[in-house]
Formats: sequence, structure tokens, C-alpha cells
Amino acid sequence: MKKKIIHIDQLSGNISRRTLLGGAATAAVVLVQTASGKTIQEGVSTTELLPDDPTKRVGPLPGEVGTRSAFEKLVKKPSETSSRSPLQDFYGIITPSDLHFERHHAGVPAIDPAKHALLIHGMVDKPMTFTVAELKRFPSVSRIAFLECSGNFRTGKETLTPQDVCGLTSQSEWTGVKLSTLFREVGVQPKASWFLAEGSDAAIMTRSIPVRKGWDDAIIAYAQNGEALRPEQGYPVRLFLPGWEGNTSVKWLRRLELSDQPFMTREETSKYTEPIKDGKFRQFSFDIDARSIITFPAYPKTVEKGWIEIRGLAWSGRGKVVRVEVSTDAGKTWAPATLQDPVLDKAHTAFRYLWQWHGEATEILSRVTDETGYRQPTLKQLTDARGNESGYHFNPITAWQIKSDGTVLFKPETT
Amino acid sequence: MRKSPFYICLVGALVAVTLDGCFPANGKEFTGLSVARPDTVPWPTSFGFGRKATSAEITRLDIDVRPDGKGLPAGEGTAAVGKVIFATKCAACHGVGGVGGPNGSLVSTNETTTKRREKTIGNYWPYATTVFDYIRRAMPFSEPGSLTNAEVYNLTAYLLTANGIIGEKTIINAQTLPTVVMPAQKLFVPDDREGGPEIK
Ligand code: HEC
Repeated sequence: MKKKIIHIDQLSGNISRRTLLGGAATAAVVLVQTASGKTIQEGVSTTELLPDDPTKRVGPLPGEVGTRSAFEKLVKKPSETSSRSPLQDFYGIITPSDLHFERHHAGVPAIDPAKHALLIHGMVDKPMTFTVAELKRFPSVSRIAFLECSGNFRTGKETLTPQDVCGLTSQSEWTGVKLSTLFREVGVQPKASWFLAEGSDAAIMTRSIPVRKGWDDAIIAYAQNGEALRPEQGYPVRLFLPGWEGNTSVKWLRRLELSDQPFMTREETSKYTEPIKDGKFRQFSFDIDARSIITFPAYPKTVEKGWIEIRGLAWSGRGKVVRVEVSTDAGKTWAPATLQDPVLDKAHTAFRYLWQWHGEATEILSRVTDETGYRQPTLKQLTDARGNESGYHFNPITAWQIKSDGTVLFKPETT
Repeated sequence: MRKSPFYICLVGALVAVTLDGCFPANGKEFTGLSVARPDTVPWPTSFGFGRKATSAEITRLDIDVRPDGKGLPAGEGTAAVGKVIFATKCAACHGVGGVGGPNGSLVSTNETTTKRREKTIGNYWPYATTVFDYIRRAMPFSEPGSLTNAEVYNLTAYLLTANGIIGEKTIINAQTLPTVVMPAQKLFVPDDREGGPEIK
């Protein structure tokens, strides 16, 4: 039965919010005229709201906040401890802020920015406290850079998407004050070699960071992609350490303590340390090794014979991506992919490679080389170097299997 | 077209930021050259934003404990008392005796299973001070920040005893805790990856 919609809240802009909240089920509450001529209020779905011809109906008037199209279902994939970015759904290199991956150890704290302050003390001439408003008065800096959790590799079955395999990486434009600016302000003493960064969450997250990173490129960030940080990303202030494992970029930052030794917190001893050979464990492994992944075509997408633009992302915590190579014959031969500008320092870089697929079963792979000459290793190279246990900083070349019927599956390699 | 970049230039000049990109593409003087100057050229020694922190403010937040014991509070604890606290406040998530709970074991056992050995305080934690620091900071997960310093000392003593690292009677306090040598300390090495062609 076709209902005649006679009034839509849409004109007041309410529709978009309801669409967001209710998903496809109820797109809007509208006044409807039933077959018997009665006018009632009823919830309708997006499909019912869709006019056959959009040129025949006036759409929503300007609103306060824009929304994603109801046809785009972009979601992070949450587990108990993290939430992964849908890499396969992104275009370009910026991660929409609401889809930035999440990893925290005791939930997202609710913080009133008017009551929040950053304390800097320890081996400094002048221990100081800065309100959020004061931090914003300092000379600011912005940079586009990725943030990746060092525990970002999943394998084990064929039905994994790029989001499943390595969705704990995202990229934003971060804005804030350089930590070096604050170091000058408090007078960091020459003997200070480490500082503790401490969060204001229920885990009171802490990491020890070498002071040189603070002088080099650390940012006390208060904004992300043009607006204040999202709560999940550390609102109102976080540390941001370009190129370093995500956990060191402590969110909800409340305190920095300068010291002449590391504090050996739980997150740099029991966690975020990884096995290498001879029963040893590597500690303070900050840099993110270069990594790439093909995000299209990838499971669960399927492909058709003909031209396919293979697309993906590549990045390195040690500088710029200089080369991405793609193989469409299971790693036998490699050809350079096109890097999409901008190619930025310590940033996700988009690559693409045009391929004509004739319907043969094969495997497609990508590997990146960064400006230090480091080339993304195979799983075997990694386990040869580190031993058989996987762990943090695991960045192997990953392959997608293309079946002759066009099915695309992850290739779960084992050592 | 000409007007708007010019306007941006003026604004840029006022706040003394990088000027390149402000000039029209046909600008002769600066084509292809960065006219950026180091960020810090007009900077004062101090901006004067923020204020001096009081020692009360520092004390309230300065809860960390270093391996040399700096930061440990007064008080002490023993395994016997810690065992009782553990049973009521921790065992539900970390297992009876710290073994096999839903949120992970804290105590190593000598059981030889085919499975990979679970990482615990006994076999993986390089510093004893971290036990105190972490429990005080974050546990119990359901009620963070609820333990007294004495409770944390007792729990620390208990977990070190249960892992066979200290004797049952050892009193754990600010003097003794930093002297406890953890079996795993010798297993940790600093990161030696440095980029370049070698895979490490
Ligand atoms: C409600 C469940 C719960 C309770 C109760 C609880 N914990 Fe935990 N504990 C956790 C979780 C979850 C983690 C992991 C947190 C993380 O990874 O950030 C954890 C981690 C730990 C760790 C670190 C383990 C490692 O190897 O890194 C220690 C030590 C610990 N808890 C001690 C305690 C003690 C002592 C108590 C009692 C005072 C306690 N916990 C009570 C849930 C709990």
C-alpha cells in the first residue's frame, strides 16, 4: 500500500538526524494520509521517503550540521578493546574523524575542557600548568600524519577485510602547539632525557618518551581535521608523536614529567614489547615500520574481468614513502604503482595501479619502500628476523587471492 | 582573482606565518622559492601563557613510581594480607591465586602445556615497581583509584610472593620494593631497528 506523505519534518532538518540515529528502519517521522483519508503520524523508512524523481520535491533546507548520506554505511568495527577503521571504504588519505580507529585501556573519559589543564614538571626550571585555552594561545602547528597502533595485524582466515587485517591505522590533520614550544616555556633542563606522558582516563595511561622526540616533532594537539579533537581521540588535548606507535600518543593528556630515566610503566614493559630471537624482547620500539595494504579489490568485494584500478595505502613512521610496488602474479614480478600526491612525511600515501584482469586465478600484493631504504618484508623475512612468535610491529606484505569467479579472499599465510 | 590572494597575504604577514603560497602564480620575485622563515624568528623568550604550578597541584597528580623507587609512598605490605585482598577484589577477573581468570593470569605456574606460556608478572615483568604503579593507577578495573597505598603494598607483596620472586615474609615498602630483581629483566633489549634495508 502506498502511503501519501503530506508533511515531512525533513524541512526543518530533522530527517537527517533521525536517519543517523535510526538507520534504515525509521528515516523520519512524517504526517501520512492513509487510504481511508485519515492523517496520522508515522515513521517511514528512507526508501519510502525517496522520491522517484528528486527534481520533483524540495529537499531539506540548510541545517546546522551536515550528515553522511543514508546510503553510505561506514562503520568502525568495535571489539572490547579497540575499534577498527573501515580502510576499504575510504577515498584519499584523510580518515573522517568519526571513523578514526579507537584504542583505549579503560574507556573514553568525559572531560570538561574548562576544568582541564596540562601540568609540566620534574626536571624543568619552572613547573607550570596550562589550561586548554592557554595552550591555544601559543603559536600553533598543523600537520597531516598517520596514527597506527603497533598491534595492528590480523590473519588466520580468508574472510578478512582490510579493516580486519590492519584497521588500527588512521590519518588526520592534527593541530596544536609544538611540545618544543612548551619545553622552552618551562625550561627543560639539559640533563632531562625522558618524560612521562600521563592521560586523564580511568587507566591513567602512561608512557615514557625520550626528550629528543619532544624537541623534534611532538605536538600537544587540540584539534583534528579542522575541529576540536573527538573524545575518542583525546579531547580536549592529547600528545601526538608523528610516526610512533599509537600508544605513545597519550590521549586526554594531563601531565608531563621530565626525568633522567624512563619510568618503566606497564605499557612499556608488560605491553608494547615484542619477541625477537633468542628469547629476548624488544622494548621502546617506537618507530612504525613501513607498511602497505591493498584496500581494493579486497574481501568481501568481487571483481569483473577487464580493467581494475588496484588501490591502497602505504606509510612509514620513518619518513616519506618513496615507492610502492604491486604484484598481480602472486609475487613473481613487481611493477611500480602510481603514488597519489601529496606524499607526506610519516603519512598515509595513496597508491594505485591499473591492471587488466583476464579471469585467471591469482594473488595481488603490494610492498612499500620508504626513504630510509627499508622495504616492507614478507612474513617469512619477519619471522626469520624475529623468530616465530608474532607480536607488535608486525607489518608483513599481505596478499589477496583473486578466484576465477571474481571472488576476492584474504590470504592467511602461516610461517 | 588577484584580490583574494593579496588579502590572504596581508593576514599572513600580520601573524608572521609562512608567506609562500600567498603570491599570485605569476609573481616574479618568489617563484619556486620558499620565503618561509623559521617559525621562531620573532619569538620572545617566554610567551607568558600558563602559570607556575603549586607544589600542592604537583603532589596531587604526581603518582608515578620509577624503578629506583622515586615516587613510592610511605607504608608497607605483606603477602599474607595481600592474599586476602586479592581474593575479594581481584580474583574474579584474574583467577583464584592470580591464575586463569577471564582478564588474564598474573601469576606464572610451572605447568607445561603445549600452549604458549601466558605472560605474567613472574615471567615477563622487568621491574617490581611497575606492579605497584600499575595497580594503584588502574586496578581494580571496575573501581579504578579505589585502593589505599597500604592495600597496593599488600597486593604487590602478594603477587611477587605468588610468583616466587620474594619470600612469604618479605615486607614490601619504599626501601625494599626497588631492590627486588625481576627474573624477566635480563630478557629485555632496547629497540635496534633503524630503518634501511635490514629487516629486524
Ligand atoms: C573487573 C575485572 C577486573 C578486576 C576486578 C581487576 N582487574 Fe586487573 N585487569 C583487568 C583488565 C581488563 C586488565 C587489562 C587492562 C588493559 O589491558 O589495559 C587488567 C590488568 C591487570 C594487570 C596487568 C596485567 C599484565 O600482564 O599486564 C594487573 C597487574 C592487574 N590487572 C592487577 C589487578 C589487581 C591487583 C586487582 C585487584 C585489586 C585487579 N587487577 C582487579 C580486569 C580486572
